[in-house]
Amino acid sequence: MKLTIPAFVGRIAFSALAALIGAIFALPLLWFLFAPFNARAELGLALPDPWTLNNFVTVFGNSYAVQALWNSFIQAAGGVILVGAAATLAAYALSRSSIPGKSAVTYILLLFSSVVSGSAAMVPIFLIISAAGLMDTHIAVILTFAGGLLPTAMFILRDFIDSIPKSYEESAMVAGASPVQAFFDVALPVIRPGIVVVVVWAFVNIWGSFLIPFILLRSDSNMPASVAIYSFYSEAGTPIVTLLAAYSLIYSLPVIALYLFVSWKFGFRFFGGIKA
Amino acid sequence: MTTEPVPSPPKKVRNFALLSNRAGAAFLTPAGLLVSVFVIVPFFWVIFVSFTNRTLLGRTALNPEFVGLANYFSLFDPATFFQRGQFGFSLILTTQFVLASALLGQALLGLLLAWLIQTVPPWVKRITETFVIAAWILPEVVIGFAWFAFLDRDQGTLNMLLEGFGLPPGDFLLQQPFWVIVVFNTWRGAAFSMMLFNSAFSSIPPSYFQAADVAGASSWQKFRDIGLPLIRGHIVTDLILITMWTFNTFTPFLLTNGGPSYRTELVSIYNYRVAFQDFQFGKGAAVGVIMMLINLAFALVYLSIGRKKKVR
Repeated sequence: MKLTIPAFVGRIAFSALAALIGAIFALPLLWFLFAPFNARAELGLALPDPWTLNNFVTVFGNSYAVQALWNSFIQAAGGVILVGAAATLAAYALSRSSIPGKSAVTYILLLFSSVVSGSAAMVPIFLIISAAGLMDTHIAVILTFAGGLLPTAMFILRDFIDSIPKSYEESAMVAGASPVQAFFDVALPVIRPGIVVVVVWAFVNIWGSFLIPFILLRSDSNMPASVAIYSFYSEAGTPIVTLLAAYSLIYSLPVIALYLFVSWKFGFRFFGGIKA
Repeated sequence: MTTEPVPSPPKKVRNFALLSNRAGAAFLTPAGLLVSVFVIVPFFWVIFVSFTNRTLLGRTALNPEFVGLANYFSLFDPATFFQRGQFGFSLILTTQFVLASALLGQALLGLLLAWLIQTVPPWVKRITETFVIAAWILPEVVIGFAWFAFLDRDQGTLNMLLEGFGLPPGDFLLQQPFWVIVVFNTWRGAAFSMMLFNSAFSSIPPSYFQAADVAGASSWQKFRDIGLPLIRGHIVTDLILITMWTFNTFTPFLLTNGGPSYRTELVSIYNYRVAFQDFQFGKGAAVGVIMMLINLAFALVYLSIGRKKKVR
């Protein structure tokens, strides 16, 4: 393809502009590339002098910080298992059964899930958890997120299941399988990529969340990393920069890994893209 | 009761369902319970609590009294409504925040980025996308701290750059807190609009653009006359979604704590302060009700557009 000179110049200008915007987006994050490895990290951007992994050693020596990462994992994994299982079952029912009123159910769910946001419903969520006697437990966080993320998860999965031909399960049933067998043995393996997407999406959402654990948990031993990270502030409220930087990087790693996994496996196409 | 089967009315052609109604209901039960308890019950409970003087601590924590509309009157008290740290101030601040950071910032920047990455070489596209998406997917606590360091008055990267260009440095978190959270939220959320518009642009048949190239159209003309009109539906969807998310976001709290002196106290942060720092659950619930009503208005618009699309 031949390019005229103005078109060529235009293309270079476009690339320069795109690169410039990319660089501006990178600026606030650059600090994280260096500070965790700097023995004397401060808030300024500086090459590590000297390079060190001591910050990570100190963080891993802090049992409270390690416990918090584990708590984040328990809460995210628990929430993901609930969301994945319940959403798959429900989405399958919405797609494959002819229960009366299921489109009304879908509409109402969609409506409520966008109206009841965490920041609008923090008071009643607190009261429900408190009334159920679940205050300051992992299960409180797990259940709250499962309920909040389920509607969106169900829609993503229902669309996915709708796009799978019914003939898969029909032929299984012709061969004598019960509907439930057809679901577990035939449909489930085909739906699996959709479930993976939903699970990754839910995991990233719970892992990164701050507000819900912040209001539902009290004791240090239950706090996830998003809240526990504030323990790296001194009494006077100034951050202990070296440890904070290292901890932030460790805490971000699962999210980065999952992002790379999804974009490698599926190409980071637009999967619902909806954050709670 | 019945003696004889009534001749059934002529059945419509019945859709063969793979799952019986009973099995379907069983499959729906776990999700139905969870969503009911944690999404639908809170919606009604918050309305109920907003008519009481329930507090977090003290006598009214256990025995709240019915106070009618008192919480709403206190939120909308004309004597204090517009004062800093009051509901009206917070509501206006949030409106400005949504207008500036979502509708102008995220949507325009996302549109520009989506258009740019259609034509640039793949490696430029990949690098730009990576950083824009990183800003969006990293945990909010980490992002909050990254910006805290970025904006630090004495050492922060921003002031270092400004001084490098011979510009005066500033203590932006103190001097311009509102514009800080606007830029912050634009930066944080532009990825969503970029990806949505990017997938919208890629769904336009390339032949449209090739024909325009043959006719010698400039990029701006292609954008204005082909790209923009064909993704109008996506733009409406995008604007409604990012408006709702920005209206409900709590993330600026991690950067500014709502301060200094309430200057970045969005309604979500106001709600948190009233309920969990001042311990006034009744009043906090009233704020929650108003937030949900605003959400409801946007959600109804969004769903009606979605329905129209399906009918077509």
